[in-house]
Amino acid sequence: MQDKGKIIAGLIIFFMILTFPFWYNRGAASPAPEPELTQKAKEAKVCIADTEYMRTEHMQVLDVWRDTVVRDGKRVYVNAEGKEYVASLSDTCMDCHSNKAEFCDRCHNYASVTPYCWECHTYPEEKK
Amino acid sequence: MNAAYLYSLIAVVVLGLIAYAGVEAAGLDGLFGLVIPYVALLIFIIGFANRMLDWARSAVPFRIPTTSGQQKSLPWIKHAKLDNPTTTGGVIGRMLLEVLLFRSLFMNNRVGFRQVGDSQRIAYKWVIWLWLFGILFHYSFLTVVIRHLRFFMEPTPLLISGLERVDGMLQVGLPGLFISGVVLFAAATMLLLRRIVLPRLRYISMPADYFPLLLIIGIAVTGLFMRYYTKVDISRIKELTMGLATFRPAIPEGEIGGLFYVHLFFVLLLLAYIPFSKLMHMGGVFLSPTRNMANNSRIKRHINPWNHPVKTHTYEEYEDDFREKMIEAGLPVEKEPK
Repeated sequence: MQDKGKIIAGLIIFFMILTFPFWYNRGAASPAPEPELTQKAKEAKVCIADTEYMRTEHMQVLDVWRDTVVRDGKRVYVNAEGKEYVASLSDTCMDCHSNKAEFCDRCHNYASVTPYCWECHTYPEEKK
Repeated sequence: MNAAYLYSLIAVVVLGLIAYAGVEAAGLDGLFGLVIPYVALLIFIIGFANRMLDWARSAVPFRIPTTSGQQKSLPWIKHAKLDNPTTTGGVIGRMLLEVLLFRSLFMNNRVGFRQVGDSQRIAYKWVIWLWLFGILFHYSFLTVVIRHLRFFMEPTPLLISGLERVDGMLQVGLPGLFISGVVLFAAATMLLLRRIVLPRLRYISMPADYFPLLLIIGIAVTGLFMRYYTKVDISRIKELTMGLATFRPAIPEGEIGGLFYVHLFFVLLLLAYIPFSKLMHMGGVFLSPTRNMANNSRIKRHINPWNHPVKTHTYEEYEDDFREKMIEAGLPVEKEPK
């Protein structure tokens, strides 16, 4: 009986916390960023696999590459079409996609993903 | 064969198939991705408030705290301040321990017989499993929910990305393994197995016990699958969820995948189901009368606040009314007339 006020106060606090994302965003639109292709990537047209696959599976590819290179010493990757690539993030991927900030970081930041690739690997210096 | 968990399992599978078929075959992306989320949130908020206010209107019993320790007594008898609190501060301490650490589950025990020579003696055993799986389940679920806020906030607050780093500290595989997801799945499964395997628990378990557990396992399985096996495009998903969180609902261009909608539908079902189910214990735990009352009945007099004023007629008043007649009839009176 005498606890009604406390219960209502608790409910209001709970709903404020529950709807916090609405307050936080304040209705500001934030569409997904598009990764930007360099001139070289545009000219090459195809990556090691089709775009849709690369969008969702690139991290898995890199993980497999790391294991085959480091553990088995195999540095050559053959894709579905039979084309050979050197399995290397810095030398193969970032040869075309040399713009880390516009190609990698945009989506990673948007999805709040912090890959630890570059704790060891180097990436090309950004040209301003 | 127990029908209760079979029906619940079938219900969860069918609901998942409805979402999958609805999106993949019937193309109802808009219904499952834009309409149902808001409807489910509204059902949750209105239903939750309604249930809590219903409880707020209900009569509060007199002090009935469970006493798991020595009551406050004479000064040389040690008082269990947290187990048998007499002050509001003590009650807050006991409630915090209850809500954050599930103390009453921790004190669970089982009675059995112990063979001593030729005779059997009664024995009490401390049983920790329910507490263990319960606390693992609740905290991993909380972590998972907080982690998911990254889909509803842009830019993602530092606190959430920090939590992700701690959760993913094992750095197993890519995308990195989150401990909370695996623990959530394992603990929910153990809670389910507990109900299925132990005969006495199975006997008292209802579909309402199995359904939420299976639904949460469904959420965990679809979530784990999307992260580690059949990948989904996370940027597009965030575009969808950000649209919801900014009241600009729109289905992003490109393929998202039916599995995501199954996951989302399960979560929304759970959300909308909470106000009508035992999952209301998330609010109800704060109102448990055996936990949230100070045991001060012997210190303070509690008068029922909604007592109706009763008209009384005492013996003295009665004698005042009939004194002369009583004396005439030879009856003894307490007050002699002057």
